[in-house]
Amino acid sequence: MSVDAVPGRAAEPILRLRGIEKSFGPVHVLRSVDFTAYPGEVTALVGDNGAGKSTLVKCIGGTYSIDSGEYLYKGQQVHVHTPRAASALGIEIVYQDLALCENLDIVQNMFLGREEVDGRRALDENKMERMASQTLASLSVRTVKSVRQKVASLSGGQRQTVAIAKAVLWNSELVILDEPTAALGVAQTAQVLDLVRRLADQGLAVILISHNMNDVLQVADNIAVLYLGQMAAQVQRSEVNHTQIVELITAGRSGDLGLTGSAVGVGNGATA
Amino acid sequence: MSSDSLTQPRADHSRPQNPGGGARDYALDYIRRVRGGEMGSIPGIIGLVVLAIFFSILKGGFLDAYNVENMVVYGAPTIVMAMGLIFVLLLGEIDLSAGTAGGVCAVLAAVEMVRHQMNWVLAVLLAALLGAIIGMIIGWLRARVGIPSFVITLAAFLSFQGVTIIMVGNSGSILLPDSQKTLLALTSASTNDYMPIWAGWAMLAIVVVGYAAVKLRGVSKRMAENLAVEPYSIAMAKVAALAVLGAGFIYYMGYNRIVGVARSSFYGTLTSEGVPWIVPVVLVLLFGGTYLLNRTRYGRHVFAVGGNEEAARRAGIRVNAIRTSVFVICSFMAALSGLISLSVSAGVANNAGGGNTLLLAVGAAVIGGTSLFGGRGRIIDAVVGGLVVEIISWGMGDLITGTNAPGWQEVVTGLVLLLAAGFDAISRKAGSTQG
Ligand SMILES: Nc1ncnc2c1ncn2[C@@H]1O[C@H](COP(=O)(O)OP(=O)(O)OP(=O)(O)O)[C@@H](O)[C@H]1O
Ligand SMILES: [Mg+2]
Repeated sequence: MSVDAVPGRAAEPILRLRGIEKSFGPVHVLRSVDFTAYPGEVTALVGDNGAGKSTLVKCIGGTYSIDSGEYLYKGQQVHVHTPRAASALGIEIVYQDLALCENLDIVQNMFLGREEVDGRRALDENKMERMASQTLASLSVRTVKSVRQKVASLSGGQRQTVAIAKAVLWNSELVILDEPTAALGVAQTAQVLDLVRRLADQGLAVILISHNMNDVLQVADNIAVLYLGQMAAQVQRSEVNHTQIVELITAGRSGDLGLTGSAVGVGNGATA
Repeated sequence: MSSDSLTQPRADHSRPQNPGGGARDYALDYIRRVRGGEMGSIPGIIGLVVLAIFFSILKGGFLDAYNVENMVVYGAPTIVMAMGLIFVLLLGEIDLSAGTAGGVCAVLAAVEMVRHQMNWVLAVLLAALLGAIIGMIIGWLRARVGIPSFVITLAAFLSFQGVTIIMVGNSGSILLPDSQKTLLALTSASTNDYMPIWAGWAMLAIVVVGYAAVKLRGVSKRMAENLAVEPYSIAMAKVAALAVLGAGFIYYMGYNRIVGVARSSFYGTLTSEGVPWIVPVVLVLLFGGTYLLNRTRYGRHVFAVGGNEEAARRAGIRVNAIRTSVFVICSFMAALSGLISLSVSAGVANNAGGGNTLLLAVGAAVIGGTSLFGGRGRIIDAVVGGLVVEIISWGMGDLITGTNAPGWQEVVTGLVLLLAAGFDAISRKAGSTQG
């Protein structure tokens, strides 16, 4: 595959999936999916509604366990059956619905469930506030006035920023963002994409799910296209154009890229 | 919101605010929070002051020491019950059974003390244990079985009423004998045991010095770590306000309330001066509850589950355990509230905890600033709101007289509760930028 010979890329993918299968009862959602993500790169995961993008990242994040296939993390075969196991490996997911507590402030949300306590088991608010501020500063976040602001008072873009900052607070190495710009206006989308780029530039592996081709083409290094639960293609950004991506998404193939005729047929049959 | 603006200069989180000045910034920040739906205790305290002035203009002597003592003593059961309810309300749940659960626990204690000569300490512990067990069952039915708390606690409310009647038996009430002096002295409703004058002042000193120490230590620690701080002037003003209000109260409670009051003939030469013992009890519960909610992981998780259950679950918080625990705390506090009522009335009747007991406690929490929608509330709300509720019911007793007076008083109390809930709903809307 072309993805294996890219100059300037880390030798080893941080995540490599091979032949992933996932069914929900009779519904066969993922079919022999191969997928890789490299540190320092934004890997876009695209596909039509219901293609299986969210299911795939939930398998990566331990919300679902895979039926069969290989899950290699830093070259090691691992078994991720719970979100905790994924966090322990350094994998954090920012879900489509951000899951922030509006009644808590930014610091409280960023540390939720992992609060720092002092010697007397009381919350160490100062330590948490400092760490949260540092994380936001390291991401060059400009839009948040005070880290003690309640999330209820934040805009959509600011909330997305907080959710992303929460994910990187824990020295995570692979951050997965499920449609982070879906609900955002132009300016806020630009901010979040900037942030996504910075994460990768800092050496993290970022997986970005998006329906917006402009966003994907602007920020991604590498693009994986799911078509009806199969991986139609995973290609370098520089090797494809807008039209090819759209064809891959809608038809599963584009020229000599993508699924072979019979495979497309199998894909279609699956939805029947 | 303006804070979205891309042109905004980067917030410099490392710059400490000037602790000497900054009062203006603080005020602006406060206004921003109020606009965001976070009122704090201010509306409740203003309400308290306005009502006190209003009723004392209508009726001279409304604020004499005797009346003030009674409002504190009779308000205590409501306050303590509201403290427990706040935990449940924080999750957006309700416990309609808190009143009658407290009644059952109080009756158990009374039965054991009066009919079985049980030591009062044991009886109190037994009643508190029963409260915790009741809460455990309610919490289990809610969290594990999944019955709405409204239904569970409505059923419990009715059943407990019946249990109380059965336990009290034909007599209709159980009176505590004077030998139960310690428990009765809690509220000094029928004895003249108050805190010694010096103990009242010592208590005030401990509270004020402790509060000041916590504040100053907090400010200096944050300054050392280069974090934004509350200005010294504001911190000192809060300490000073507490000292002045507290001193006023202790001084006032130093008056001998028997002189010039009709009770004097009954009590003969006894004096009645000093702070009721219930006050330090309520203060301990206030500090303990506040610490639990604001300074521990447990408290943080209660807020999180109340704010967004799904987010809490994804953060690894054991949502079911939290949900069960708040009902345990609520019923436990209800038991304490019932025991305080037992002390106030020097006995317990077969309708203990029924009527509007629960409603007044919920009202107290909401008037104090706790939200019925979950996610917002503080233990101090119970104290402020409880005093407001108490002042209204005492004032109303003076204000509305005639044959239908009790009816009208309930109508007015109901309207006040509705007003507080409306306030809550509106401030909740104002607080959210989305949805
Ligand atoms: N828990 C489930 N049980 C049964 N079927 C499911 C479940 N989760 C997902 N599916 C099915 O799997 C398919 C893929 O869903 P998925 O949510 O992964 O799509 P997606 O690519 O994220 O789509 P979208 O772009 O709309 O978010 C859909 O047909 C969906 O109905
Ligand atoms: Mg999806």
